[in-house]
Amino acid sequence: MPESLESPTPTLKAPLLFISVLLIASCGLIYELVAGTLSSYLLGDSVMQFSTVIGVYLSAMGLGSYLSKFIQRGLARRFVDLELGVALVGGFSAPILFQAFAHTHAFRVVLYGVVMAVGTLVGLEIPILMRILKNQVRFKDLIAGVLTLDYMGALFASILFPLLFMPKLGLVRTSLLFGLLNATVGLWCTYLLASQLGPTRLIRLRCLAVMALLAVGLVFAGKFTLVLEEEVFADEIVYAKDSPYQRIVLTRGRGSFQLFLNGNLQFSSADEYRYHEALVHPAFSLRPDAKRVLICGGGDGLAVREVLKHASVQEIVLVDLDPAMTDMALRQPMVRELNGAALEDPRVKVINADAMVWLQETTGPPFDIAFVDFPDPNTYALGKLYTSRFYRLLQRRLTDDAMVAVQSTSPLMARESFWCIATTMEAAGFKVHPYHLAVPSFGVWGFALASKRDFAIPTHVLPGLRHLSDEATAAMFAFPRDMDRVPTEVNRLDNQVLVHLYAREWRRWS
Amino acid sequence: MKRRDFLAAGTLSAAALACRRKPEFPFQGELVGPDLALGHWLRGGAFADPEHFEPVSVLIVGGGVAGLSAAWRLAGAGLDDFRVLELEREPGGTSRSDRNHVSAFPWAAHYLPVPDRGNHAVLRLLEECGVLEGFDAKGDPLFAEEATVRAPEERIFAFGQWWEGLYLRAGASPEDERQYHAFFREVDRWAAFRDAKGRPAFSIPRSRCSGEPEPVALDRLSFAAWLDQRGFTSQRLRWLLDYACRDDYGSRLDTTSAWAGLFYFAARKQGPGEDSRPLLTWPEGNGFLINHLRRASEGRLHCGVMATAIREEKDSLLVTAWDNLNQQRVGWKAQHVIFAGPQHVAKHVIAGLAEARPAAVRIRNAPWMVANITLRARPQEPTFPLAWDNVLRDSEALGYVAATHQSLRDYGPSVWTWYRPFTGPDCDAERARLRALDWPACARMVMDDLRPAHPDLEGLVTRLDVMRWGHAMVRPAPGLLWDPTFLALSRPFGRIHFAHTELSGLALFEEAQDHGLRAAEEVLAASGRRGESWR
Repeated sequence: MPESLESPTPTLKAPLLFISVLLIASCGLIYELVAGTLSSYLLGDSVMQFSTVIGVYLSAMGLGSYLSKFIQRGLARRFVDLELGVALVGGFSAPILFQAFAHTHAFRVVLYGVVMAVGTLVGLEIPILMRILKNQVRFKDLIAGVLTLDYMGALFASILFPLLFMPKLGLVRTSLLFGLLNATVGLWCTYLLASQLGPTRLIRLRCLAVMALLAVGLVFAGKFTLVLEEEVFADEIVYAKDSPYQRIVLTRGRGSFQLFLNGNLQFSSADEYRYHEALVHPAFSLRPDAKRVLICGGGDGLAVREVLKHASVQEIVLVDLDPAMTDMALRQPMVRELNGAALEDPRVKVINADAMVWLQETTGPPFDIAFVDFPDPNTYALGKLYTSRFYRLLQRRLTDDAMVAVQSTSPLMARESFWCIATTMEAAGFKVHPYHLAVPSFGVWGFALASKRDFAIPTHVLPGLRHLSDEATAAMFAFPRDMDRVPTEVNRLDNQVLVHLYAREWRRWS
Repeated sequence: MKRRDFLAAGTLSAAALACRRKPEFPFQGELVGPDLALGHWLRGGAFADPEHFEPVSVLIVGGGVAGLSAAWRLAGAGLDDFRVLELEREPGGTSRSDRNHVSAFPWAAHYLPVPDRGNHAVLRLLEECGVLEGFDAKGDPLFAEEATVRAPEERIFAFGQWWEGLYLRAGASPEDERQYHAFFREVDRWAAFRDAKGRPAFSIPRSRCSGEPEPVALDRLSFAAWLDQRGFTSQRLRWLLDYACRDDYGSRLDTTSAWAGLFYFAARKQGPGEDSRPLLTWPEGNGFLINHLRRASEGRLHCGVMATAIREEKDSLLVTAWDNLNQQRVGWKAQHVIFAGPQHVAKHVIAGLAEARPAAVRIRNAPWMVANITLRARPQEPTFPLAWDNVLRDSEALGYVAATHQSLRDYGPSVWTWYRPFTGPDCDAERARLRALDWPACARMVMDDLRPAHPDLEGLVTRLDVMRWGHAMVRPAPGLLWDPTFLALSRPFGRIHFAHTELSGLALFEEAQDHGLRAAEEVLAASGRRGESWR
């Protein structure tokens, strides 16, 4: 249809075309924001990333506008093709960039290449659309209408991106969704501009093919993020679940598997026995006749496995916040094998509750031993589980000669945090003997053994363990100089000093 | 009805159903008390006497903090022959609270700064409640950890995200920081002030404050004028101080006295250069204290009863009241009355008061709107996490307090208590504006206010209930607090004694309690029961 656009066609629907300006302007800005956000995530220094992405993008749009003058004929067809091009490059920009970061060393080249390509294509859109419309609308109305909607589309996108799309969909789904929108505009224009397109069947098929491709991408985006995370976790992801409380990920590689909560390593099957033997058996050495045992946290069932080695135990109450965690410990074959199906033992009672709220709001017969095995205090919600109030609530549920063992982060990497936990337990009225051992996948790790009464450190331990012997048990209670006691404040509910200490100390190691 | 008519009717009603507007919000709620109609009925005028006046030693009119504290004091002295009349269905006044399936929550006042060692009355109360756990080596009181506000205490929403604390440090210039510190040095100077008798310039309750000319002169200025005089121009600092005025007084920098503005900060200092006193709070706010105090009035508290007239006859007082629950007139013949209601009610109820005490100063009460929002789950938040007090910088409202914060619940359902004082200069106009708001208008106001910080909130709300407080808190306008005629309002009128936080010009739990104890101790002294003061 050579030059068909030069002659006014009464079927041309100018107002509807104006709406597509609004849509493509939104799409254009979204791709820019996706690239800026993604590069900030992956490279850091968001000021630098946003600045360069915006710069490259805008100059590419200039280039596109310049190039538009070389497109002489078949404007309507070119415009539909252009939409499909933007849909593909822009829509797949986030997945492409994630892949580039994971698999190549030239992420920046790919980043600016993609930004350049999208910018150039987007730069072509408006000049061509204006030329399509120029005989339909008076020039001053055309300029006013197109530019108004162009800027308004940018406004919608810039407001909805941080408020709606980022939090609800994430980067990958957002970019694919807007790709789909671009392709839809292309398809829609085959109807609006039908009179200028000639045979449209093939064009529409092309549109549908591009839309299908993007839709498939959207459907499998969930799988896709999993693949992407593996680059972060360094090993193959075999299990991933988002619960209302945390993201649970299991990875497998190099002959072992690992559990991560919100990206923080909780155990590696290679050396977790060292950690769990050290958590459980010293307390039993001092209360070998313990019948009722409380475990706060420890939803993986590994501490339960160690507790069940003691024949005196009649009841184990495990209080873990997240049902997704205890379900995984019951059902996920690798974890279940590692914990020896411990949670299926009839003596075990699993309660899914916030341990502190549970301690505060329930009563029951006292426990002979309690194990406190929470993730490290890196949020206020976790920090409260290390406060003097928590330890006082715990005390109320213990027999007078009960023993308590608390995981208390690394005395080497977070020395003040470690001693802050011991100091806080003392402030709550416990007598405390801290101890530590090496867990290679974590580093040097620490615990606090405590009781309401004075006690001597254990010198015997259950025979037949993999790591602990009598000598090794006693040795854990000696602190070399670089991990020795430092004075700290008491971690209270109303100051939560531990959260700040912990963040400051671990920042040095990351 | 013919078949055709029947069908037509059916079609019409179906059409009517279809046309019914979709509700604006996907949740429900209602406007809850105070009983505006009943309260205003008082102004109607003459009421006939009841058939019988029941004899009683002391009648306390008003079951808010002042009235319940007076009862607590009388009971403490063994004077058990008293009654408390409360207009509303529940006692507590602006310290009222309620609970639902998610949490207990406050309806207004929701915290108490920890008292210093000299505030005997509050310490006594907190000891009874099990909140005071003892004293440290220096003699300073120690409070239960679970009652002190859990960290993080405050956060502020500005520039599209939440930040820790109430003073916005992000983006503050060196000049902002300089003025911030200079202001708090000024506060420290006032915290250190002692007059010739050793009294501080600012202390809670204000009955312990110095009445010397130097501090009292501050009351003649507005807080805004005082700040101007000292070159405090920082917008961030002035925002913080204006927030304090709105929060504690329902007024603005230019309608608050400088004395009151400095009182807010200096009276809460543990000492010059030290931090502000920590705050005590409970999921139900100060309702926790009310639930303890009301025990002293057990069996002697009459709710839904409104005193309509009090007159002296021979050696006693005849009190006529309307029992709204039983819809009947009731009466008491009392030796003493403790009037624990506001002055604008007193002048309608007490015979001869308006004539004997012509108003020289005008007491103005700010209206407030408080909403309790029940959430099925919390919004997803990537920036600073939910705190106890959550404040939006660019808002006329004060933000919201999460009731589940103090009960340690960090996940799942919550109740948020949202506060908005009506701070316009004309309290009557503001009151009319508040009264005109129906539930949808109130709900819209709340949701519009929170939307910038929580765009996904609407889908999480299961209920939104609103309390419209017509006379929520007295405004410490310049010139009010140290006016001799204002101070004289606390004096007894014959056998009638007055107790209300309004008489301090500062709406605080401690002030209400102090007036309650003073009035009760006046009655005890007049009944020949002199003992050691609890104040």
